[in-house]
Amino acid sequence: MAADPSVSQNEYGWTPDQPLIRLVDVHKAFGSLQVLRGVSLDVRKGEVICIIGPSGSGKSTLIRCINALIPVDSGTIRVEGQEVNDPDLDKLALRRKVGMVFQQYNLFPHRTALQNVMMAPVHVLKQNRKEVEVRARALMAKVRLQGKEDVYPGQLSGGQQQRVAIARSLAMRPDVMLFDEVTAALDPETVKEVLVTIRELAEEGMTCILVTHEMGFAREVADHVYFTDKGLIVEHGPPADFFANPKDERTKAFLGQVL
Amino acid sequence: MIRDTSAPAAPAHPLPVLLPFRLTAPQRRFPPLRLTLLHALGIVGLGLLIAGGAHAQAGVNQLSAFGVIIKWFPLLMSGFLFNILISVLSMALGTVAGVGLGLASISLSTPLRRIAWGLTQFFRNAPWLVLLFFAMFMIPFEFRIFGVTIPFPDWVKAVIGFALPVMANMSEIVRGAVGSLPSGQWEAAESLAFSRRQTMWMIILPQCLKRMLPPWMNLYTLVTMATVQASIVGVTEMLTLIAQVHAAEGGRPDLLAPLYGFAMLCFFIYCYPIELWTRRLERRFHLHQ
Ligand SMILES: Nc1ncnc2c1ncn2[C@@H]1O[C@H](COP(=O)(O)OP(=O)(O)OP(=O)(O)O)[C@@H](O)[C@H]1O
Ligand SMILES: [Mg+2]
Repeated sequence: MAADPSVSQNEYGWTPDQPLIRLVDVHKAFGSLQVLRGVSLDVRKGEVICIIGPSGSGKSTLIRCINALIPVDSGTIRVEGQEVNDPDLDKLALRRKVGMVFQQYNLFPHRTALQNVMMAPVHVLKQNRKEVEVRARALMAKVRLQGKEDVYPGQLSGGQQQRVAIARSLAMRPDVMLFDEVTAALDPETVKEVLVTIRELAEEGMTCILVTHEMGFAREVADHVYFTDKGLIVEHGPPADFFANPKDERTKAFLGQVL
Repeated sequence: MIRDTSAPAAPAHPLPVLLPFRLTAPQRRFPPLRLTLLHALGIVGLGLLIAGGAHAQAGVNQLSAFGVIIKWFPLLMSGFLFNILISVLSMALGTVAGVGLGLASISLSTPLRRIAWGLTQFFRNAPWLVLLFFAMFMIPFEFRIFGVTIPFPDWVKAVIGFALPVMANMSEIVRGAVGSLPSGQWEAAESLAFSRRQTMWMIILPQCLKRMLPPWMNLYTLVTMATVQASIVGVTEMLTLIAQVHAAEGGRPDLLAPLYGFAMLCFFIYCYPIELWTRRLERRFHLHQ
């Protein structure tokens, strides 16, 4: 209502100088299994953060809570000021701001690559099909898949499928992208082509949250690295610091194993 | 929130179902033809044998079994076409209702899911003939809506009677197919802000079609063969006509085997190719899993 004209405030009272995503003391249990035990973190606009940690430490759960794929038990998650843990959450509004890419690509196998990219803007955002198509073709080119527009996902390699998945998410023009171990299912040779795409996105200023096992990549692109273990953030810091002198024993043990 | 409670949140399925749809290994486009021919020949041969035997027993002025079948062929065929009409209509009605019921049985609303589950189990576990009787005697012979009288002849009631078990089986086919898709499809759709309804109709069901086709075709052959039960409740379909032809020819006992053998042959010729095609689809689906 009474917005300060000097800062552009969105409907939730959020201004771009505040963290784009803010998690405070998030808890989540599956039955008796405590998966998140009080996670807090901030992500600023344009920042790239990497979450690393051993298997089962709750990384996927954490990232899925951010776009409300999984409801949290307690704590707050705000995306551009919008409270995610709200029973009346406008999921559509949230999910058009938050893009997500999965380990298993999860492309729609009955639609061509281009249709995969176009579907959500056309049917969810009800945008003009012609305009969406122009944009979708540009996105296909951006992920270096020109000429593969009319190919079905089953005929693409894993790396190509994953890049279509990235383009599909970008077509919604999200403000933040979530990547959940997106290279974990790929052959070593195709990992690079996907990482290149993500790095370009990061360089363009896209806010990214990456769960990854690619330590070299994390060190290179991340502004901030978080290490999770058993549902807690054990340690975090800028990558140079984090990888050079980890302080916590668990971080040391983990890095000792993977590096 | 994404999945129905009957399919608990399994950790995302690994590759199998998402594996690239490869068109490798040149397959035989049709199953071995020899088998089909052998079967058909066997049946025709059997028919000839019976007819020949019957002919030998027949008196001087009597038509041979062949002669009888040829004489009444148009009538018998019209009866058979009626069976097919009943089967097609029941299948159409049952499929539409069954898809609705199947979707209700995976809906997010617990009462709706319970009701759908109850109906499905009830109609799936009742003998078809009982359901047919149920439809014959529970449905009035005409409906009056807004002053317009819609007659419900026996054969329409029979269509409804057969549609009931089709509906229940279809409901299970839909539920099974939807449940067999990897949960990643739901997650991807949800994270792209598709509503549940959009996800179902644009993403889940189109992928289920391929899986549902073989069991659906199988169901169709079952319905087709079940349509002869309509004769019991007085619908003039093929079996009824055969009994009438038999009576018209003086009720000769030697005509029974050829006449009913002919009915068998008609159903076989109609259903067996469907059966073969179903098996081929099933095999192809299996190869690509
Ligand atoms: N829907 C669910 N229902 C029950 N348990 C779950 C569910 N999802 C995850 N879990 C459990 O929660 C724990 C954390 O899972 P999560 O997937 O978040 O771990 P992760 O850090 O992503 O591991 P990974 O590196 O193997 O992907 C695991 O023990 C897992 O079995
Ligand atoms: Mg994970």
